Amino acid sequence: MESDTVLYISQAMHGLAYGMVLFLVSAGLTLIFGMMGILNIAHASFFMLGAYFCYQVLSMTGNFWVSLIVAPVIVGLLGVLCERYLLRKLHAYGHVGELLLTVGIGMVILGSVKIFWGTESLPVTVPQILKGLVKLGGLEYPIYRLFIIALALVILAIMGLILYKTRLGMIVRGAVSDAEMVNALGINVPAVFMFVFGFGTWLAGVGGVAVAPILTVYPGLSDQVGMDAFVVVVTAGFGSLKGAFIVSIIFGLLSSFGVQFVPKLAPVLMFGFMAIVLALKPAGIFGETE
Amino acid sequence: MNLLEIRGLYHDFSGLQVLFDVNLEVKEGERHAIIGPNGAGKTTLFNVITGSYRPPRGQIIFKGNDITGCKPHQLARLGIGRSFQITSSFSKLTAFQNIRMGILSKKGIRFNLVRNVDKMKEVTAETDEMLRRINLETEREIPAELLSYGKHRSLEVAMALSTEPELVMLDEPTAGMSKEETHYAIELIRRLTEGRTMLIIEHDMDVVFSLADRITVLHLGRVLATGSPQEIRENQQVKDAYLGETED
Repeated sequence: MESDTVLYISQAMHGLAYGMVLFLVSAGLTLIFGMMGILNIAHASFFMLGAYFCYQVLSMTGNFWVSLIVAPVIVGLLGVLCERYLLRKLHAYGHVGELLLTVGIGMVILGSVKIFWGTESLPVTVPQILKGLVKLGGLEYPIYRLFIIALALVILAIMGLILYKTRLGMIVRGAVSDAEMVNALGINVPAVFMFVFGFGTWLAGVGGVAVAPILTVYPGLSDQVGMDAFVVVVTAGFGSLKGAFIVSIIFGLLSSFGVQFVPKLAPVLMFGFMAIVLALKPAGIFGETE
Repeated sequence: MNLLEIRGLYHDFSGLQVLFDVNLEVKEGERHAIIGPNGAGKTTLFNVITGSYRPPRGQIIFKGNDITGCKPHQLARLGIGRSFQITSSFSKLTAFQNIRMGILSKKGIRFNLVRNVDKMKEVTAETDEMLRRINLETEREIPAELLSYGKHRSLEVAMALSTEPELVMLDEPTAGMSKEETHYAIELIRRLTEGRTMLIIEHDMDVVFSLADRITVLHLGRVLATGSPQEIRENQQVKDAYLGETED
């Protein structure tokens, strides 16, 4: 096999894996925005918490699989508490208050993280079975990246089934277009909001656990991935899950091939892409103007 | 018997008094209309009844129970269905899926949240029956946002009715419709609300007089008169309010 082809494939794998992580984070962000109208600035902080909880659970139990399950659930529960006891109280006063509150939550999370874990970069090791490379059709793939891609696809499939096939999904999709009408049909919308917020932060937590072994765990994690996730949501159009998935994949590939071929331009490729999209379609690729 | 009774209801928005001592009785089985010039407080009254606002004073009685301060979803479960003045269907969902939301929530508690809804035959049958009654069978798979305005509004009325509420509340269902669309919508509402109790806010006088059994006139937050269409038509105070004349 030619070395160029090997390089392309390996870069594509890196890009896809990062794209999947971006999707996990931006899916929660766009779902929460689409339904509740809240731009959750703290979303990336919940993502980072996922990584820290992963480190913590791993150092306590020594089992990566346990932390993959437990860490996101704790993040999701924290999300539920934030919605129930903080955001809900501000809901009646409009979006500016909610936005500011999420900025504050982000700061509190960042501060707490530094107090509990310090500012050092913490390593997370994956179990033996996810280490190393696997040979498929004469090519070698890093197992952990394949694992991330598979994990994200499984979550995407379950989300799709729930959203498009169940009553719960109908309620959520209905509430995205008109929460008041759903309420008038006898659905306890505040409870649905709490569930969606918890689910969105849980997704961010899963993303945090997924990147922890690759990027290590440090307080700047939220800025690095958080910014990318925001750019995904803006480019895709607020509230569009399908858009978030497609744009996440594009951005993942853009960043890995960018680094390979135009290293000097790589950091701005994503923003350039966003600028072009917004110039042509201000609401984003899949967004709607109201 | 009164299905709905409102006693001494007040409401204000941070000091701006909108409703003053409103009393209203809606008898079981009647079509009751609330009319009044712009700013009379009609929609506020509606939103207080349906639980969007909590009134500082007054009582709302439904089927003999005090429902003042109940949440919108609780009222919906008690049997009060409503439509909104602004279009409020689920724009991305098809006509079928829109109606199904209502049918599903009527069955609500009995149904599992995570079962495949496409396989619930009874729900599908009832949804199709409702689509047939509002003549939207051919638009079954069309997203609500692509329906014509008139059909879109019919869909919303049908959604409010799909939960089979004992009291149907419609907030200006013909707002923004052409003459033909309005005529069509009135017939539709008449047909769908046969035998039900209905409270309707309406601007269009033709609609009110052709649909309502009894009319309550609201003016500047107060009830000016209540009576049959005939009585209201002849009421001098009502004429004055609508022509904008002062009372003395």
